[in-house]
Amino acid sequence: MPGNAAWSISWNVVRDIQEMWSLPSMVNAYRAGTIIAVTAGVVGWFMVLRRQTFAGHTISLAGFPGAAGAVLLGIASGYGYFGFCVAAALVIAYGARPGNREPANESALTGVVQAFVLACGMLFVSLYGGFLNQVDNLLFGSILGITDGDVILLAAVAVAVLGAMAAIGRPLLFASVDPDVARARGVPVRLLGALFLVLLGAATAEVSQITGSLLVFALLVMPAATAQIITARPGLSLLLTVLIGLVVTWAGFAFAFFTIYPIGFYITTFAFGAYVLAYLVRGAGPVLAARVSRLRSANDAARAASAV
Amino acid sequence: MSLFDHPFMVSALLAGTGIALACGLVGYFLVLRAQVFTGDALSHVAFTGALAALAFGVELRLGLFAATILVALLLGVLGKRGRADDVVIGSVFAWVLGLGVFFLTLYTTNRSGGGTGNATTSVLFGSIFGLSGGQARAALWIGIAVFGAVVAIARPLLFATVDEAVAAARGVPVRLLGFGFLALVGVTTAEATQAVGALLLLGLLAGPAGAALALTDRPYQGMVISAGLAVGSMWGGLLLAYYVPKLPPSFSITAVVTVVYAAAVVRGRLRSGQGQVAVTAA
Repeated sequence: MPGNAAWSISWNVVRDIQEMWSLPSMVNAYRAGTIIAVTAGVVGWFMVLRRQTFAGHTISLAGFPGAAGAVLLGIASGYGYFGFCVAAALVIAYGARPGNREPANESALTGVVQAFVLACGMLFVSLYGGFLNQVDNLLFGSILGITDGDVILLAAVAVAVLGAMAAIGRPLLFASVDPDVARARGVPVRLLGALFLVLLGAATAEVSQITGSLLVFALLVMPAATAQIITARPGLSLLLTVLIGLVVTWAGFAFAFFTIYPIGFYITTFAFGAYVLAYLVRGAGPVLAARVSRLRSANDAARAASAV
Repeated sequence: MSLFDHPFMVSALLAGTGIALACGLVGYFLVLRAQVFTGDALSHVAFTGALAALAFGVELRLGLFAATILVALLLGVLGKRGRADDVVIGSVFAWVLGLGVFFLTLYTTNRSGGGTGNATTSVLFGSIFGLSGGQARAALWIGIAVFGAVVAIARPLLFATVDEAVAAARGVPVRLLGFGFLALVGVTTAEATQAVGALLLLGLLAGPAGAALALTDRPYQGMVISAGLAVGSMWGGLLLAYYVPKLPPSFSITAVVTVVYAAAVVRGRLRSGQGQVAVTAA
């Protein structure tokens, strides 16, 4: 059990990991964590590139009413997650059509969709009249009790989503970076955008089953935002996104296992730490370079003076 | 027995009116400035602020107001001209939300036992029927104060929103207005969290304002429509929750907002469709 005093942390990292992985449920948690970190990283990278964080956040929250509704109806929560996330994605994709004059209208629509799906979630929970602990789990996730079957299902969805992303990746990148030129060159910009939102819905539905609806967004946005600060080259920053996501998730699981504090806190904190670090380093880079060159020129001047 | 004989219903109507007035007007500018995501972020920050207050045993409202106003100003500092990039906002509030979960655990483990799940749900989903008379009056006055403040800065704020560069050139303090507006958004968020909850107040911010934008292009008319629709939806939602006790009030309010928004968008689209037809015919 995470947070159990029987599992004590020591400075021997190898022993700690062995201890942690002696539990089958933790091994499954790591397998699941690896799968979701990669999926969320790739999809999130495009989301950040396209500046669709608001839409992404709204779609990821749609998992909550989905899961609550599934519990109410007595069906597997996976169906609820997929149904609601993909439906929310379709509504937002419809609102993002070119006939819509302003980004203002689109953001109002997204906001209304978000409030409405959350209100539905609340209604389902109150109709169910069930255990409030479950609400916390739906919102904040739990890494306990992940079975082999769950992992296989996650892997299957991840393969499907990543395969689709690979298929539309190049034109989507083109359409994201320069929609006008892409449209002129015959790329179906709007169709790609809608397709991407649906894939985002499928990915968030997958990830929220482990992390809860409120924390999917952290895995979507922060590794990608960090990587895009570090480098502007698409391939490299995509790779970095996945790497950062993996490290953050693995470390988060380990810390959550050995302490009483929840997984969501560690994952968001590590990811945000990486983001702030990247931000500061990029900000400090030019300042440092300027200082070095000033020192160098001062040295040159001093040398010239001593030579005279 | 009439509706007004129930003290909880009177309190809910008073508080709801104040909150809806503030949300309607603030939301109109949020939508116009394409800053709805900021409202979204602040509503999650409200969750963390409230739970931090609970965890450290201080007054809940102190935590709410401190967290939302501080983060609102921080988001202003992070962006150019008092507006932050969506990705920066997303990263900041995802982390703040993680902190909220941390405070939640802190609170639950310190209090070992009962009543903990309740705190989460009431912060996230609100409890407008649970307000005392004093809280309701406070909510009404704060709502009216925010409404008045936005009305007072409406003209320059509108100018700065529609054409920032020209406004700045004409000596409008664009940056200061941006910060002042963000602080007002923070106050509104904290106040509305107590009534409809952190997760649902976005509907009150975005719904009536989106509907007003779909119905009219004239800004002052839009402000009036937005505030009016917000108050109307609030009353409608409260009545619905009163007569159908199975529905939680936060749900019925949000549902009414959603229906109003959808109706306004359909109407706006039909009208612009007719306009296009008329143009082609001519």
